[in-house]
Amino acid sequence: MNKLQQAVAMLHEVDSEAGKRSSKSRIHPASRLFVCVLFILITVSFHKYNVMGLLSMWLYLLITGIWEELSFWKGLKRIRYILLLIVLLGTANLFFDRNVIFCLGSMHITGGMISMATLLIKGMLTVYAAYFLLMETGIEGICAALRTFGIPKGGVTVILLIYRYLILLLKEVQRMSQAYQLRAPGQKGIHIRTWGSFVGLLLLRTMERAGDIYGSMLLRGYQGEYRQQEVLGGRISRVLSGIYAAAWTLVLLFLRVFPVFQMVGNLLG
Amino acid sequence: MAEIEVSHLTFSYDGKRDVLSDMSFRIEEGETVGLIGANGTGKSTILKLLVGLLSGHQGSIQADGVEVEKKSLEEVRRKIGYVFQDSDSQLFLSTVYEDVAFGPRNYGYSKEEVERRVLRALKQVHMEEWKDRQIYRLSGGQKKLVSIATVLSMEPEILLFDEPSIALDPRNRKHLIHIIKEMKGLKIIASHDLDLILDTCPRTILIAGGHIIRDGNTKDILMNQKLLCENGLELPLSLGNMKTV
Repeated sequence: MNKLQQAVAMLHEVDSEAGKRSSKSRIHPASRLFVCVLFILITVSFHKYNVMGLLSMWLYLLITGIWEELSFWKGLKRIRYILLLIVLLGTANLFFDRNVIFCLGSMHITGGMISMATLLIKGMLTVYAAYFLLMETGIEGICAALRTFGIPKGGVTVILLIYRYLILLLKEVQRMSQAYQLRAPGQKGIHIRTWGSFVGLLLLRTMERAGDIYGSMLLRGYQGEYRQQEVLGGRISRVLSGIYAAAWTLVLLFLRVFPVFQMVGNLLG
Repeated sequence: MAEIEVSHLTFSYDGKRDVLSDMSFRIEEGETVGLIGANGTGKSTILKLLVGLLSGHQGSIQADGVEVEKKSLEEVRRKIGYVFQDSDSQLFLSTVYEDVAFGPRNYGYSKEEVERRVLRALKQVHMEEWKDRQIYRLSGGQKKLVSIATVLSMEPEILLFDEPSIALDPRNRKHLIHIIKEMKGLKIIASHDLDLILDTCPRTILIAGGHIIRDGNTKDILMNQKLLCENGLELPLSLGNMKTV
């Protein structure tokens, strides 16, 4: 499988896994979205030198990952490019912040090194949290949650359609590049001279396909709002969702306020 | 009463060359009509005009007594179901159930009613066991059946099929013919598959050059080798060995 096929397969796989999980889940996507956003806000609020505080935030991901049977390794493979980007951005800190914070033997640890580490940890935590949310609820669940929080229907529909069109675009790229490679077996990738017409044709084909899909939506009563499955309306589910959100809020605030690792260290020491 | 009346229909994509020219026909309730013609004769164009996916025509199109125009599109589309030629253009959600439920949900039916319609539609196309399946994991034939179910779940009075048997293997094609025969209501099937037309449609309209060349009994038209050849078609395979006109 080439990279494009892998990308399309991965998106389908994510859809499929999320579909299975969300159909079994008793927690409303709105509760999950709330906790995830709270987690991200708390995570980014840590000071740039507070590495120990940040490390305690892994607890949320650890529990969620175990509870939902989500693989960290698989997740890491799927989000690796975003993490790479964060590492690249973080390296800039090494040059801007050269104040020596402490020495480790003969090695001077600068503020830039620590802030790069916190940036990397923050990046990993937030991207993992978003990835876990997607895996738990699926894109439809996230959109339903956004509507629950009063996000305008137009905006939510745009998010959903962008996600769907992304798959469409990737599939078209896959088809066209396959057709190209079958007629240019000696070439690696697509020759630069062909890029102009390739991209132009790709856009035209994707637009045509998107137009057909939009037509199909219109014919089935679509009027600007994507109506989703009524997610979990039962009383038990509402109670469970409330408990879930409240419990995590308390845990996350606790982790933010108290240096858990330090406290555990003191107790053991 | 579900019926379709097209009178003096003229349509052009570019405003220069008419794809359809002064075309008139009427289809009564319960009829199944085949729309045949060579490539580019406007079969799909007629279907798209009937559901208002294309506009800017001259003449009149009435579906169940309602003129097809911008202000009546919602009403018209409740009455007419359209099965696209390419199933990938029709299916855009993650699972079979979600896609089939899309139409009924948009019409504001209750959760129970949506479920009833989805299960009924999937049962009609014998796909009820696949309701939780991811769309991308379906074969071409299964996708076609699910796209028909997406339309059936809206319980339309009129059904339009655009090349329904394209890319189907013989078994799925046979299955499709059986399903079409079981369906009630007015049906129009645009296809090159003349054997399918022969099997499912008592009446056929042959179009070429933007005009109706012949409108009548399917067997009479499809056994007329001269007429078919003149209009870019061939005898259906099943009639190949029979005595033809």
